[in-house]
Amino acid sequence: MDFGFCLSPSSHVKMDNVDLTTFNRLKETNPDINTCIACGSCTATCTAGHFTEMSFRRLLLMLQRGKEDEAKKMIQRCMLCGKCTLVCSRGINIRKILLDITR
Amino acid sequence: MNSQIFHPFVLPFVLGMAFVLTYCVVGLLRVIGQLSKDDRKKFWRSLVTPKTAWANIRDIVGDCLFHVKIWKRNPVLGYMHTAIAFGWFMIIVIGHIMLFTLKPLEGVDVEGFPRMFTNFYYPIFFKYFAEETPVFAFLMDFFLLMIISGILIAVVKKIHSKIVGVKRIMHFGFADNMIRFALWTIFPFRLIAEKTNIMAFWWLYSIDLFVFMFMLPFTRYMHIPTEALFILLRHAGLKPREPRKGYALAQIYSCPSCGLCIDACPMSVNDKNSGNTSAYFMKRLRNGDKEESQRIAETCMQCGKCVAVCPVSIESCDIKMSQREAVPYAINSDHSYLDAYESNETSNASVLYFAGCMTQLTPKIMRAMKQIMEAAGEKYEFMDKDGGVCCGRPMLLSGKTVEAQAMMAKNTELIKKSGAKRLVLSCPICYKVFKEEYQLEGIEILHHTQYIDELIKQGKLKVDKNGTNYVYHDPCELGRAFGVYDEPREVIESIGNLRKAKSEKELSICCGGSLGSFKLTQQERDEITANSVNDLMYNNPDEIVTACPLCLKTFARKAPVAVKDIAEVVATNLI
Ligand code: SF4
Ligand code: SF4
Ligand code: SF4
Ligand code: SF4
Repeated sequence: MDFGFCLSPSSHVKMDNVDLTTFNRLKETNPDINTCIACGSCTATCTAGHFTEMSFRRLLLMLQRGKEDEAKKMIQRCMLCGKCTLVCSRGINIRKILLDITR
Repeated sequence: MNSQIFHPFVLPFVLGMAFVLTYCVVGLLRVIGQLSKDDRKKFWRSLVTPKTAWANIRDIVGDCLFHVKIWKRNPVLGYMHTAIAFGWFMIIVIGHIMLFTLKPLEGVDVEGFPRMFTNFYYPIFFKYFAEETPVFAFLMDFFLLMIISGILIAVVKKIHSKIVGVKRIMHFGFADNMIRFALWTIFPFRLIAEKTNIMAFWWLYSIDLFVFMFMLPFTRYMHIPTEALFILLRHAGLKPREPRKGYALAQIYSCPSCGLCIDACPMSVNDKNSGNTSAYFMKRLRNGDKEESQRIAETCMQCGKCVAVCPVSIESCDIKMSQREAVPYAINSDHSYLDAYESNETSNASVLYFAGCMTQLTPKIMRAMKQIMEAAGEKYEFMDKDGGVCCGRPMLLSGKTVEAQAMMAKNTELIKKSGAKRLVLSCPICYKVFKEEYQLEGIEILHHTQYIDELIKQGKLKVDKNGTNYVYHDPCELGRAFGVYDEPREVIESIGNLRKAKSEKELSICCGGSLGSFKLTQQERDEITANSVNDLMYNNPDEIVTACPLCLKTFARKAPVAVKDIAEVVATNLI
């Protein structure tokens, strides 16, 4: 229902007009991206996450929802340290995905 | 001996020789022209500095002629190379010496045919044109047979490489196979020609020489002339800056595709991955196959074992790094948020301990370090107790050198502010970057194996001797990179019995967890780990000890016995 105003900005994402170029490109070269279960282990250990809002789990979500600008901003924080890859419960090669996103 | 000074059969040789000489001179100018200005200055200077000049002579003789490094690894292959290279060199030298024994031929118009020109081919076809004195004849036959004995081994190696102790050999294309055939037949043809003086064999001998020299620049045999240049450049202390230019180009042409690094590379446990080894990387680079060489550069774990076994000392890891650095990225890092980060600790500690990201994931090492430093009564401080800044090496490994600077600057600032005079690291990955890239004048950088060894030797730490059988794994970035082999072993021997692994020290096998690789999948890494564990279990130890948090975490996935960090072993055996 749309009253023409709201208290908080809408977090609604219209999936029909979302631009998924980056995500689809990633999916092609990193099929393991699909196996993420959003457990959050990567975020919990993140070195950059200690100082900023960096979170790989959220980064994936942003890309899946086409929020490319936000994702691009977030990934600049990453130190590529590889902790996330070591703790990932699905053995996803996160460090490679992180590098690929910046290409 | 035939009373003439020219015969058309020398022409193929003369043509081939002229071609290859021109090619080499042009190539030499190209490599030197592609060096940066500073590198070129360094190069010229190294040629006249007595120390490097001596090293140049020593290595050119030792490596190009006698292949000392191959002898050390595999005496049969060593003999094969020495027989061919040294034997060939000697018959060329003796051929030229024999020019002095020449007497002018009677009834031949020497004036019309300058001696300078005949000197070009006389040494190669001496027996046809002139008489050899008995001593020289003997020497010539001796070296010729020596070469042929080397070629026989090469033929055996090609047919059945396992006889000479090589598991995997490289597979070559048409050009390489053809030039090899030419090389194998040159000397038998010469022998037959000299002994029988049948014209057809003189022709075959000369044509073989032509084929060999004409194809030389386009095949792996280009390493013969290039290796000497590579030795000079290496001793000048250069680093490859671009993957296919200057110094790197000299290295590309110096790799003879011997394939010794294929068996050595931990990735080769899976035959499918043996195409990712340095031998193939160098070949792809030479062929200008950008995509494949890029892929291999990003797959390699940078463990350095291929460089350790390489008989030519090709710095393939450095070339791979220069290849990674050449990739343009669309998004650059922004670590400016670090500016606001300050450690609130001000202390007067003399020892600063930096755990680093990997040790953060293995807190038992941190606990053990704390225990050890307490027991030794050291004035210490933990630099990144509550999570710190990454050392920057993982970023450097991706080739993003500029982007690692902010992290390194922050850490430098924190270390300097602490006032500590010693920095202790339990992670070899950090150790390498702190040692090589950080500017920390006046601060001693120690790996915890060195530090603990020192504490025990000074009597500050007392440990209990028990009967446990340990095996020690040399982490790549501690062992091969810095040669820290003895300290950890001495520490372990003061606690228990040290059993040997199958491959040790510079031949140790990477655990498979390396941050150097971006492309290896978890499954491929697991295969490497399993193989490395097997190697460590060779003498049935009770426990595996390592000195790297990443090795520890990686081995723990696959090892049948307990895996511990050296600090843990010491901490649990303190008195
Ligand atoms: S590599 Fe990046 S995302 Fe992963 S833990 Fe390190 S800083 Fe965080
Ligand atoms: S740790 Fe792995 S599975 Fe869990 S959220 Fe991160 S990427 Fe997904
Ligand atoms: S550095 Fe290690 S992983 Fe890479 S090619 Fe050499 S031996 Fe193989
Ligand atoms: S890199 Fe070294 S070991 Fe590997 S093929 Fe070339 S020369 Fe042989």
